[in-house]
Amino acid sequence: MTQLIWNGIFIGAFYALVALGYSMVYGIIKLLNFAHGDIYMLGAFGGFAMLTAFGGSVAGGSIVALLIVLVLSMLGTGMFGVVLERVAYRPVRTAPRLNALITAVGASFTIEYGTSLVAGPNPEVYPVQLSGSALHVLDAHINIQQIVLVGIAVALMIAMNLWVLRTRSGRAMRAISQDPKACLYMGVNVDGVISWAFFIGSALAGAAGVMAGAYFGTVNFLMGFIIGLKAFTAAVIGGIGNIPGAVLGGILLGLLESFGTAWLGGQWRDVFTFVVLILLLTVRPTGLLGERVTERV
Amino acid sequence: MSTANALVISDLNVRYGHVQALSGLSLSVGEGEIVAVLGNNGAGKTTTLATVSGVVRAVGGRVTAFGKDITNGKPWDIVGAGIVHVPEGRRIFSRLSVHENLQMGGYLVGDRAAIARRTRRVYELFPRLGERRKQEGGTLSGGEQQMLAVGRALIAEPRLMMLDEPSMGLAPLVVKDIMGVIKAINETGTSVLLVEQNARAALAIADRAYVIETGTVALSGRAADLATDSRVVDAYLGA
Repeated sequence: MTQLIWNGIFIGAFYALVALGYSMVYGIIKLLNFAHGDIYMLGAFGGFAMLTAFGGSVAGGSIVALLIVLVLSMLGTGMFGVVLERVAYRPVRTAPRLNALITAVGASFTIEYGTSLVAGPNPEVYPVQLSGSALHVLDAHINIQQIVLVGIAVALMIAMNLWVLRTRSGRAMRAISQDPKACLYMGVNVDGVISWAFFIGSALAGAAGVMAGAYFGTVNFLMGFIIGLKAFTAAVIGGIGNIPGAVLGGILLGLLESFGTAWLGGQWRDVFTFVVLILLLTVRPTGLLGERVTERV
Repeated sequence: MSTANALVISDLNVRYGHVQALSGLSLSVGEGEIVAVLGNNGAGKTTTLATVSGVVRAVGGRVTAFGKDITNGKPWDIVGAGIVHVPEGRRIFSRLSVHENLQMGGYLVGDRAAIARRTRRVYELFPRLGERRKQEGGTLSGGEQQMLAVGRALIAEPRLMMLDEPSMGLAPLVVKDIMGVIKAINETGTSVLLVEQNARAALAIADRAYVIETGTVALSGRAADLATDSRVVDAYLGA
């Protein structure tokens, strides 16, 4: 039981990191960024390229080396997200929503098959693999590496939440999600804040990508597709646009998968998970922490 | 009244697609003045303010503020130049707290101490907002939201405050309060450009006024004179 819960939290932490960016971008410009999962993939490949380039010097697999690669990958994917928004999404921001959606699907394919062209279509094996001694907590095997990864994920989520709640640009981001035009009257450079949101969301996805690569050992150019869908699901379950909701949705999704696998077998995992989620959405159509819609005008 | 101008709009032209919203509109606000802009729906009042704010682009004409050309400037440069727009319909951030709404007004103010000082002053000016500082903006009454919109603008310490229909949808007693507040803000040295459909309330506090029709100035003069001008009385005061 403890094992199942831990497995769920571990995988859920990845979903949550990716779901955060999904939800934040939707919250601020109402765009479903279908390329978001591919940014996770780019993070994994960025980490792969760096670790390969540094070669044997980090072969010891030290956590410190991985942390440096993690930060660099986050910067890289963050900047990629900013460019993606600038090039692909900003020109269609005032166009009908479907146009932006199609643009996002196009961006997703472009990134996937662009990566395939550059890095090759075959899966690559991460030069650093995390494997280590396990702890036994309440009859569960818990990897030290898993704890470190979950710790990093939690630290990133807390940092991001503080940014959204406490800083000037985070407050502006929440204000833009409600009324971008009013923000202009406050003197907010709305495009600049949107760029920041893309930077932060993409950096978090990139971080998840590096950690996934290091933990699971292989990367391939389509690895972002499934996690993108799952993160989108997590964001919707939590109440899309809601930041704590995305984390909650990610963890819940991870737990459902973990229990579904144990109870019904791996081939039933997604069936079980999505049946539960569909039921949940029929009861709470706005998601767990979805926005209330009572406003005085 | 000083002779320097806070705002000079000359020969402003604005088009929305094929619709000419402003055609050769000119007006000015002297430093320390309250200037009212009256007119019917669609006359171009809101467009005028939005163009000054840099939210709508002018295709011709000039906007000068405190001696500086700000035509088609970026919205944040306009706010940075001391011109703050209290928009039509108040546009309170309904899911931010009252306090956060005020902080948004100080977005471009780098000095945190100054923001804190001005926020305290707003709470003194509007004790109701102080009582409700933790409440979400959307839960306030219409009058309180208008107070919040004005308070939010004050955090930027504007030299020129532009208000778009502050009386809209408010009870007569509340309108009187708001106009009193605008007058009080003006007496601290802030110039005011006041767009109103409620001509009676606006003329009561304004020094001068313009009446605009189909995107251009139809009539202008001292507020006291316009208040008795038969053309204004018939069309806008309904007396």
